[in-house]
Amino acid sequence: MITVFERPKSLTPAKTHYCPGCTHGIIHRLVAEVIDELDVREDTIGIAPVGCSVLAYNYFNLDMQEAAHGRAPAVATGIKRVHPDKVVFTYQGDGDLAAIGTAEIIHAAARGEKITTIFVNNAIYGMTGGQMAPTTLVGQEATTAPSGRNAETQGYPVRMSEILATIQGTAYIARVSVHNPQEVAKAKKAIKKAFQIQLERKGFALVEVLSTCPTNWGLTPLAAMKWLQENMIPYYPLGVQKTPEEVEV
Amino acid sequence: MAKVLMKGNEALGEAAVRAGCRFFFGYPITPQSELPHYLAKRLPEVGGVFLQAESEVAAINMVYGASGAGARVMTSSSSPGISLKMEGISYMAGAELPCVIVNMQRGGPGLGGIQPGQADYFQAVKGGGHGDYRLLVLAPASIQEMVDLMGKAFELADKYRNPVMILGDGILGQMMEPVEFPEMLDPASLPDKPYATTGAREREPRIVNSLFLDPVELEEHNLKLKEKYDHMVAEETRAESYFTEDSEIVLVAYGSSARVAKAAVDQARAQGIKAGLFRPITLFPFPKHQIQEACQNAKQVLTVEMSLGQMVEDVRYNLEFRIPVHFYGRVGGMVPTTRAVFDEIKRLVDGEVD
Amino acid sequence: MLRVEFDEERCKGCELCAAACPQRIIVMAPRLNTMGFHPATVTEQERCISCAFCARMCPDVVITVRKEEKKRG
Repeated sequence: MITVFERPKSLTPAKTHYCPGCTHGIIHRLVAEVIDELDVREDTIGIAPVGCSVLAYNYFNLDMQEAAHGRAPAVATGIKRVHPDKVVFTYQGDGDLAAIGTAEIIHAAARGEKITTIFVNNAIYGMTGGQMAPTTLVGQEATTAPSGRNAETQGYPVRMSEILATIQGTAYIARVSVHNPQEVAKAKKAIKKAFQIQLERKGFALVEVLSTCPTNWGLTPLAAMKWLQENMIPYYPLGVQKTPEEVEV
Repeated sequence: MAKVLMKGNEALGEAAVRAGCRFFFGYPITPQSELPHYLAKRLPEVGGVFLQAESEVAAINMVYGASGAGARVMTSSSSPGISLKMEGISYMAGAELPCVIVNMQRGGPGLGGIQPGQADYFQAVKGGGHGDYRLLVLAPASIQEMVDLMGKAFELADKYRNPVMILGDGILGQMMEPVEFPEMLDPASLPDKPYATTGAREREPRIVNSLFLDPVELEEHNLKLKEKYDHMVAEETRAESYFTEDSEIVLVAYGSSARVAKAAVDQARAQGIKAGLFRPITLFPFPKHQIQEACQNAKQVLTVEMSLGQMVEDVRYNLEFRIPVHFYGRVGGMVPTTRAVFDEIKRLVDGEVD
Repeated sequence: MLRVEFDEERCKGCELCAAACPQRIIVMAPRLNTMGFHPATVTEQERCISCAFCARMCPDVVITVRKEEKKRG
């Protein structure tokens, strides 16, 4: 018998604190698998955000820094400038990256920082109790939008990948999902590419991963996957927004 | 090494480079901009990195990352910008990361003005950011002292794994004086930092962090930090005493105010008034024993600040309220004049104020 | 050796693996693990095709998948 699937070395043995069916676990694993496959575990420094994945430093078997809310790209910039030959990545949620940390992500991208960002978009604040996120869909219920997000008073969800793709300093921007095994495979490919872009020093790379929050969406893990597919993907279309080839044209 | 005539802000930049600092992250603000201007040119010459961040908040978090990655790193700003950096300063104190922060104070509150001030004493010395933490705060009063304290600041930051603030003001940043610089320290000669995230090569992963969800652990962490601050109090106080041995009236002032106070003391001495000056060089830790010694023969004390009375609280507290402590201050970018301070001394000595 | 093995103590019973299994052989065991979840399990090991879809969907990295080595010649 040969093993075709086992726990990647870039994950610690720790049990995660994530709720059952939360896709953070899948995305952590994909990042760890990519780091293993690129054989850069001992050269990688990760930055954990504030939000549900605040404890990511306990789960990645890597050197890690915990950043203040939204500041991961600034912290990553500091690390990368000190160690330009190391692999530096941030792992951030939608509140972290698209609300409180908007300035930091935009300017890290604009500077073309040679870092990789994994942006987990589940359209809600999980850790603090299901509040409206910058990516909450119009009509989607949240504890701070009890009747659903009202575009008139609460505005519209932000498409960060599209915004970032317009910035010259970005080399690779892709949006993926993890709602079925095929999409998980594609997500992994994109994450691998985002790390390779950094290794090739081509510029800033970001992968937005559409993710579920069964607990705060009030759905079972399976129903949440279906909701993601039917509601999030139409607003947040999957695909590569920008690649280095496009830059060269 | 021969002395060179240099502006305070630029001298600080060169002193940082000499102290082995190769990384600067900052955001422009008056009246400290000559420091980043200088480093933008100077750091690349020595293989360093100067980066103009998108905000003060981003800058201090870049400092956090760089420090956590093991580098000697600094940032500089002036009052409103320092307020923005408070988030990162608290995180750095919590994560026990060294760095040097320069504050060339200007008048406040709010946007205030761009002329010199000393109204950020409370913010620098008492906290400013959230949580139980302390900064080591150094207060130079000349360009040469700024240069000397810059080296010391990096040394202390590394020794205590804590942010150190150099609390200057717009006058010190802008004025020119002849200075002598120390020899260049090679950053490669500094000892390895056992907490630095450099990639977990043939060792266990390292985590730079200030989060302790378990209250038992967080209390332990706070007590461990307190132990460091107690060490600072026991070992790091610095001060200058000027004619204090026989003084009936001792002036207490730091930074630019101390220069004015010193001139007023000279004037008073010339007129036969036994006046002296006590100048704290460390504001935290406050030099308690030194001030008590300097004021042992004093009948009264006059604190002079470019604020409406901040350090004066620590002066009273550290003198244990045994001597009357008076206050003279100017604010908003207005600087106390030697004449006004001398008049105040005379008024107090003549018993016009009880 | 089993083709598909579940570290039942880590399983949170989310059922994402069961939904992904093309053979429909993953079920939630009636027993509870120490976290209080019904862990995923497979009894018909011989029907497993080692596709690892279950493992790919598992947020808790509970599943190890193996397959027979191809015989040469």
